[in-house]
Amino acid sequence: MLTEHSHIIRIQGDIITVPARNIGYGELAQVKSRYGVSLAQVIRLKGHDVFLQVFAGSRGVSTGDQVRFLGRPMRVAFGDALLGRIFNGSGEPIDNGPDLTALPKIEIGGPSVNPVRRVIPRGFIETRVPMVDVFNPLVESQKLPIFAAAGEPYNDLLARIGMRADADVVILGGIGLKYDEYLKFRHAFEEAGVISRSIMFVHTASDPVVERLLVPDMALAVAEQFGVRGKRVLVLLTDMTAFADALKEIAISMDQVPSNLGYPGSLYSDLASRYEKAVDFEGAGSITVLAVTSMPGDDVTHPVPDNTGYITEGQFYLRKGVIEPFGSLSRLKQLVIGKVTRADHGVIMNSMIRLFAKSREVEQKLAMGFDRTEDDERYIRYGKLFYERFMDLNVDIGLNDALDLGWKTLSECFRPEEVGIKQEFIDQHWTKDKLCEI
Amino acid sequence: MGDLSKGRIIAINGPLATCEVDQGREVLQNEVAYVTCQGASLKAEVIRVRGRQIDMQVFESTTGMIVGNEVTFSGELLSATLGPGILGMIYDGLQNPLTHLENEQSFFLKRGQYLNSLDEERQWDFTPSVAAGAVVKAGQYLGSVPEGLFKHHTIVPLALRGTWEVIEIMPAGPYRVSETIAVLKSTDEGREARVTLKQEWPVKMPVRAYQERLLPNRQMLTQCRLIDIFFPLAEGGTACIPGPFGAGKTVLQQIISRYAEADVVIIVACGERAGEVVETIREFPELEDPKTGGSLMNRTVIICNTSSMPVAAREASIYTGITIGEYYRSLGLKVLLLADSTSRWAQALRESSARLEEIPGEEAFPAYLESRIAAVYERAGLVQLSDGATGSLTVIGNVSPAGGNFEEPVTQNTLKVVGAFYGLSRSRSDQRRYPAIDPLISWSLYLRQMKESLAARCDGWVKLVEEVHGLLYAGSDVHQMMLVVGEEGIGLDDLITYLKSEIVDAVCLQQDSFDVVDRATSLERQVADFLLLMDMVHHPFTFENKEKARLEMTALHNRFFQMKYCPFKGESYLKYRGEIESMIAGQGAESPC
Repeated sequence: MLTEHSHIIRIQGDIITVPARNIGYGELAQVKSRYGVSLAQVIRLKGHDVFLQVFAGSRGVSTGDQVRFLGRPMRVAFGDALLGRIFNGSGEPIDNGPDLTALPKIEIGGPSVNPVRRVIPRGFIETRVPMVDVFNPLVESQKLPIFAAAGEPYNDLLARIGMRADADVVILGGIGLKYDEYLKFRHAFEEAGVISRSIMFVHTASDPVVERLLVPDMALAVAEQFGVRGKRVLVLLTDMTAFADALKEIAISMDQVPSNLGYPGSLYSDLASRYEKAVDFEGAGSITVLAVTSMPGDDVTHPVPDNTGYITEGQFYLRKGVIEPFGSLSRLKQLVIGKVTRADHGVIMNSMIRLFAKSREVEQKLAMGFDRTEDDERYIRYGKLFYERFMDLNVDIGLNDALDLGWKTLSECFRPEEVGIKQEFIDQHWTKDKLCEI
Repeated sequence: MGDLSKGRIIAINGPLATCEVDQGREVLQNEVAYVTCQGASLKAEVIRVRGRQIDMQVFESTTGMIVGNEVTFSGELLSATLGPGILGMIYDGLQNPLTHLENEQSFFLKRGQYLNSLDEERQWDFTPSVAAGAVVKAGQYLGSVPEGLFKHHTIVPLALRGTWEVIEIMPAGPYRVSETIAVLKSTDEGREARVTLKQEWPVKMPVRAYQERLLPNRQMLTQCRLIDIFFPLAEGGTACIPGPFGAGKTVLQQIISRYAEADVVIIVACGERAGEVVETIREFPELEDPKTGGSLMNRTVIICNTSSMPVAAREASIYTGITIGEYYRSLGLKVLLLADSTSRWAQALRESSARLEEIPGEEAFPAYLESRIAAVYERAGLVQLSDGATGSLTVIGNVSPAGGNFEEPVTQNTLKVVGAFYGLSRSRSDQRRYPAIDPLISWSLYLRQMKESLAARCDGWVKLVEEVHGLLYAGSDVHQMMLVVGEEGIGLDDLITYLKSEIVDAVCLQQDSFDVVDRATSLERQVADFLLLMDMVHHPFTFENKEKARLEMTALHNRFFQMKYCPFKGESYLKYRGEIESMIAGQGAESPC
C-alpha cells in the first residue's frame, strides 16, 4: 500500500521530517520536488514524525513537496545481466545498456552471516606484487584496506590488483570518485579484458553526498548473491573515508553527539557491518574486499583509518609510491604461508623484514654522521637491494621467483648465522659462497 | 506479578526503541521485553524508564518496525541458562546456540530466532550426593552429572537465598535438563523450590554463592614465556592486553586459549572479526587438549557476537560469558575467560548512551564507563566454595585503544582495576618481536603476590626475574645511547650488557606462535631454560675488543636461538645446551666460529 504525504515540516541538512503513520523503520520513500525525484530512507521515527534521509540531497526540496512511501527497504537489481554494467550511486545504469527492470530485486544491507557457516579461508591470491605476495599475501575472503595519503597512486594499485587477481566477478564500488579516476578504472578494466566479468557502482565526487552511503551496500549485496551462488567475488571499494564522511554529515544533521572529530560513535559498527560482508561461504563462493582508506593528513590515528584497522584483516600502507614493509600486514597470511605456498616462505618473510628494519636503523645512524663499520656496509647494501628487488611497485614477478630472489639477496649480504633462520632451511636454501666482500 | 505488562512503540532510532507502557503497569530496569515486528518477536532490554516512556535497546535489526508495534514485557531480567551441556557450545551474545541456527540451511542469521541454550532432549546421568533432610545453601552440591571429563555438580540454584532443606531428591538415573531432580523447602519461609539440572541467572548480577574470596596466589600458567616468567598471571586474577591494531592481540589470545592450563576456557568474541572466531570454531574440535587428550573444544565455550552482529547484543555478550564463567567456578573449576575486545563492548555502551542523549564524558563515552568496567573485572576471582574446594575465574580482556594511544578512557579505566598489564607496542611488532608485549611498559602485581608459590621453582626466583628485567632496561638504555653516539661511543661493558639483553629478548621473550615446539613452553622447560639463560646473564664475559664480543655473543645467541626450536630434552636440544654450557665455561679459550 503506497501512501503519499505532502507536508514536510522540517528540513535540516539532507534530512526531512514528514508526519505519517504506519511507516516502517528503514523504509524507502520517493521525494518529488520541482528539481527531480529522489529516493529517501527512514532513519528515525518519533511519534508520528518520520525522519527521512534524502539521497539526492535536500536542496530544492520544498515544504509542499510530495513524499510517497514505498513500503519496502532499499533494493537493487540482481542477475547475471549485471556483469559488464555500470551503475550510479542510486543503482541506475549509466552506460546506456539494455533495461534491467525485469530483473529480480534484492534487499541491501542484509543480516550478517552466521559465523558457524563460514569456513577458514585457504585460497592464496597471487598478485605478482612481491610486497604483497611475499610479505603480506592476499587470501580469499580477506578484507584489506590500502591506507594512503592524498596523492598516492592508490587507485592504480587497486586497479592493478583487481585486474590480475584470479576472481570470477570483480565489483567496483566507487565512492566520491573523481570522474577521471572512474574513467581510468574503466579503461584499465577494458584493456585487461575483465570488464565482462565486472560490475561497477560509481558515485562520483559531484553526485549527492547521501548516495555515497548506498554504494558499498549495493556492491556488497550483489557480491553476496554471487557468492552464495558459488562465485569467487572480489569487491574493490574506493574511498571508504568518503563513505565515513557521509556518515558524519548525516549524524551531525541528526543532532547526534559526535565521538571523535565529529564522527558518530557508531562509526566502528557502521564500517564493520560493511567489511564483515567479506566471507568464505561453506560449500559456496567467497567475497574478498580490497578497499582504499585515504588518510587525512597522512595520519593513521585519524578515526577512519584507525577504526578500519581494527575491523579489517590487516592493511597496506602506501607511502611515497611504495607499499611500506612496516605496519603493512595481512592477518590471514599464516593460513596460506607454508601451507599453500612454499615451506620456506615464512622464514624468508620474517628474516627479510627484520633485517630490513635493521638496515633502516643503520641508515639513520649513518645519517647522523657516525663512522661506517663493515657491518653497516652490508646492511646498507641489503637495504638498497631490498628496495630495488621487492619494494618497487613496477616489479612484476611471481611468488616462487620472489622467494628465490629473497634467498639470493640474503646470501649476497649476510652470513647464515646472522639471519636468524632455522638451520634446516639454511641447509636447504642458502646459496653458498655468495657473500660479497665489501 | 500477575499477567505481563504491555506497551506500544512510540519512537525508533536505530537499535533504540521507545515504548509507552500501559498506565499503572510495572516495569523493571534491565527487564527483557519482546517487540512484535513484521511477524517476528524481537528481544529487547529496558535501559531507561521515564514515567510511562520506556527506552529499550533492541538486540536485533529494527528495520520494518513501526510506531504502534506491540511490546510485551517478560518480567525477567536478561538471564543466562546454566547447566550441563554448555561446554563445547558456540553461542551468540544472548546465548542462542549458533550451531542449531545453522540447521536452518541458511547462510544468514534471521532475526527473532531464540532457541534453548541447552539441549532439552539430552539425558544426563545424575548421581545424588545428598539425602533428604539435608540442609543446604545456594551453590552447594546436590549431586552430579558427568560432562565430558568433569564431574558437573548440580548445585542448589544460585538465586535461592537463605537455607533450604532437601525434601525430596531423585534417585540416580538419566534426566533431562528441565526435569526435577530435587525439591527444597526454605527453612525460614516454608516456600518450596523445584531444582532441575539447569537454572537461570541474571547476567548483569555477580554470583556470590561462595564462602569467601581468596587472594590470588597461585599461578595460571599460559605457556607463554613472557607472561609466565616476567608478568605472571594469577589464578582468579585479571589482566588486560591493550595494543594498536596489528600488534598481535588476537593471536596472543588464541595462543593463550589453546595452551593455558585451565579447566574451562570461555572465549568472548565481542564485536571483533568473524574470521577469527571461525578459526577457533573450526580448529578447536580438531586440536587435542594436552591435558586430557580429548578435543580442545570439550573445555571451550565460545560466545560470539562479531562486529556486524547487532550492537546491543554485543553489550550483553561479555556479561553472558562472565556469568557462565562464574557458574563453572562455583562447580570448583579453574575457568579462564578471554574477552576480545572490551573496547568494542565499551563502544556499544557509547552508542546506546549517545542514542539516549546522555551527557557524554571523555571521548563521548558515558560517565559510567569506569564503574561498568570495574564491575566486570571484579567478577573474576579465586573463591573458596562451601565444601572447602576452590574455584577460580581468571579474566583477560583485550583492549583496542583508538590510535594505539593508551591514554584513552577504556585503557585507562581498565588499568585501574586489573592485576596485570600486557602492553603491546607497535615498535616491537614492527620488528616482528612477537608476542609484542613490551617488557619495558608492562607489569604484573602478581609476581610479588605469588612470591612464595613461585619460589618452588628455585630459590629467589622472583629476584632472578627482576634481575633479568633490570637487564632488559639496561640493554634498552644502551641501545638508545648507541642510536645517539654510535657503537664506538659506548664502552665494551655496555656492549656486552646490550648483547646479553638481546639474547634474553630473542630466546626468552620472543616466542614463535606458529612453531610446533616454540609456541607453548611447559613449566619444566621454562625453568630449565631460564636458569641456563641466567648462567649466561651472570657470566662475566671478557673480550679483547668489541668486534670479538659481537662475534662470540652472536655465536652464543645463535645456539640459544636454535635450542628453543628443539623439542625439550631431545637430542638436538641437549647438543645445543651442551655447546652453550661449554661456551660459557670455556669462554675466551677459542672462537667457536
